Amino acid sequence: MNATSAFSFSRVLAMMIKEFIQLKRDRMTFAMILAIPVMQLVLFGYAINTDPKRLPTLVTSTENGPEVRAVITALATSRYFALQPGFVSEAEASRALVDGSAAYVISIPPGFGRDLARGLRPQLLIEADATDPSASANALAALPEILASALSTVLTGPLAAEAASASPVDLVIHRRFNPEGVTAYNIVPGLLGTILTMTTILMTALALTRERERGTLENLMATPATPLEIMIGKIVPYIGIGTVQVAIIIVCARVLFAVPMQGSLMLLIGITFLFIAANVTLGYTFSTIAKTQMQAMQMTFFWFLPSILLSGFMFPFRGMPDWAQTLGVVLPLTHYIRSVRGIMLKGSGPADLVGEIWPLAAFWLAVGTIALLRYRRTLD
Amino acid sequence: MTDTRDDTVISIVGLTKRFNGRTVVDDVALEVRRGEIVGFLGPNGSGKTTTIRMICGLLKPDSGSGTCLGLDILTQSTLIKREVGYMTQRFSFYEDLTIRENLDFVARVYDLDDRQKRVAETIARLGLERRRDQLAGSLSGGWKQRLALAASVMHQPKLLLLDEPTAGVDPQARREFWDEIHRLAAEGLTVLVSTHYMDEAERCHRIVYIAYGRIVARGTVAEVIDRSGLSTIVVSGANVNRIAALVRGRDGVEQVAPFGNDLHVVGPDAALLKQAVDAAVAEVGGGVTAVPGATGLEDVFIRLMQQASVEDRAGNGRRP
Repeated sequence: MNATSAFSFSRVLAMMIKEFIQLKRDRMTFAMILAIPVMQLVLFGYAINTDPKRLPTLVTSTENGPEVRAVITALATSRYFALQPGFVSEAEASRALVDGSAAYVISIPPGFGRDLARGLRPQLLIEADATDPSASANALAALPEILASALSTVLTGPLAAEAASASPVDLVIHRRFNPEGVTAYNIVPGLLGTILTMTTILMTALALTRERERGTLENLMATPATPLEIMIGKIVPYIGIGTVQVAIIIVCARVLFAVPMQGSLMLLIGITFLFIAANVTLGYTFSTIAKTQMQAMQMTFFWFLPSILLSGFMFPFRGMPDWAQTLGVVLPLTHYIRSVRGIMLKGSGPADLVGEIWPLAAFWLAVGTIALLRYRRTLD
Repeated sequence: MTDTRDDTVISIVGLTKRFNGRTVVDDVALEVRRGEIVGFLGPNGSGKTTTIRMICGLLKPDSGSGTCLGLDILTQSTLIKREVGYMTQRFSFYEDLTIRENLDFVARVYDLDDRQKRVAETIARLGLERRRDQLAGSLSGGWKQRLALAASVMHQPKLLLLDEPTAGVDPQARREFWDEIHRLAAEGLTVLVSTHYMDEAERCHRIVYIAYGRIVARGTVAEVIDRSGLSTIVVSGANVNRIAALVRGRDGVEQVAPFGNDLHVVGPDAALLKQAVDAAVAEVGGGVTAVPGATGLEDVFIRLMQQASVEDRAGNGRRP
């Protein structure tokens, strides 16, 4: 009959209605469909700022004359630099750059005001944390202009000519940790964390839901296996897989992109282990919440999206508004990326990274507790 | 039997389970002794699976208490799990593992000694030596079921719980399955098996019939049929279809069911039933014979189900 072989709108309609009903029944999918665009809009629209302002800046100086104050005031009013009050020692400043608490250190040499007055073009040293070249580029580009206009107000009378000349100071910029501003140096360590986040969470998120969907979970629960045994047994293989991924990425980072390895490989492995453990445990927690593999994948994606956007991987962390930074601080990827960049590019040691290690450990502990509480011994 | 108390494998009273306010298992009491094969019968959704899951600790009862193998079902489910084999309705081993890998997994989960030997023995007993490296998912329904049974008893449980084990399995495989169950029971294994196949019920030592969450009959097959008080008349001949139309709904007639060329007419009162059938035979003017027949388990179950559905409280909301 013609009606059965020809294209039938009724059949298409039947499929459409069925699909829509099924979609409606799957609350989680439905919620994700609505939540993901909203989340994307908010994050891309409000949180991301590729021109970060108010970057923490330290000043080392032995004098505090009008010229120095003028420079400091000008930097502060430029809004690119958030100057910490007072001066610090060189050692403190250097330490702050390594542990990431300062983005810039401005060193004013002794006799700066005197030399300036004599028109000797004194050196002004700016050390910038260039691990993320895009984060520091704008501020550094604006710097000569800021200094020139600041000093023009101080250099009056016979010195006005000095101010008008191209530059009254000899601006020396040190792009620390990544002198050539190679983007790959920043991206590759970040990618390590991003890839691990995606794969380890996804693999473990599917771990329990797959058993549930295939009906093998009921059997497993009828055995003497305890929730802790099942969780450890499910998580450890993926920690192993994550470790293999790390090895591949680190080798590629060296061979293909020549990313330096300033710090200790052992420290990197240790923190990586902590990070993978936190991620697989999070994935396992998703697994205890999601009813199907589909839902588990959606939850992974829902986690992945803010992770890449708010962790400082794609966009400068300090460019984000406070609320976004607060969210970012919760994410393990934020701390891991800081640690990896620190170890590989700055040679950070354990003492520099304490502030990144404990949040990772705390996250792991919290998520692990939730997972064990969520896992039900019974099918209720 | 020396001490009857030692022989009790399952002893539960007042077992009740509700899901979202719906009572699925209602005040169920059950006694099973060592070496018995007890058939757990009832229509779909009557609470068979839920009861079995409560016995092996997969679900927590809302009320009721009892012991399984001398262990408290409410507090000692972890210990119970070591001694119980459970075979789920759906094949619940790993289809993407081979037969040997599946058995190996089970052996490790139960911490069995001589693991490799036990696995090899199990494979040999199944007669699957040549297919041991085949994926479990590629087995036929009958073989999957045999594998599941072998895996469920590998840790030598004292109690075997089978939830509709032969659904979708061909008659020969079913027969072999039941032979195996009887062999295991003879060795002292206690078996509680849920089913809705009548021929399987007849292979059990004792049956328990559950409908709408409540036990409505129990005993041996003969006892259950006997207690139902049903009589059956078998009508055969050319005009059975007309007889069927005539007797249906008459006084004393409860069930009218064609079996091939015969018609089984069933009712609770033998005299009334005979009266009704004789009247119908007279109306069609002969050409048929009507003789008393044996009442089958199925007839009894249909009656029990209908009675239970009438008694089932409206608030319970279970549909047949």
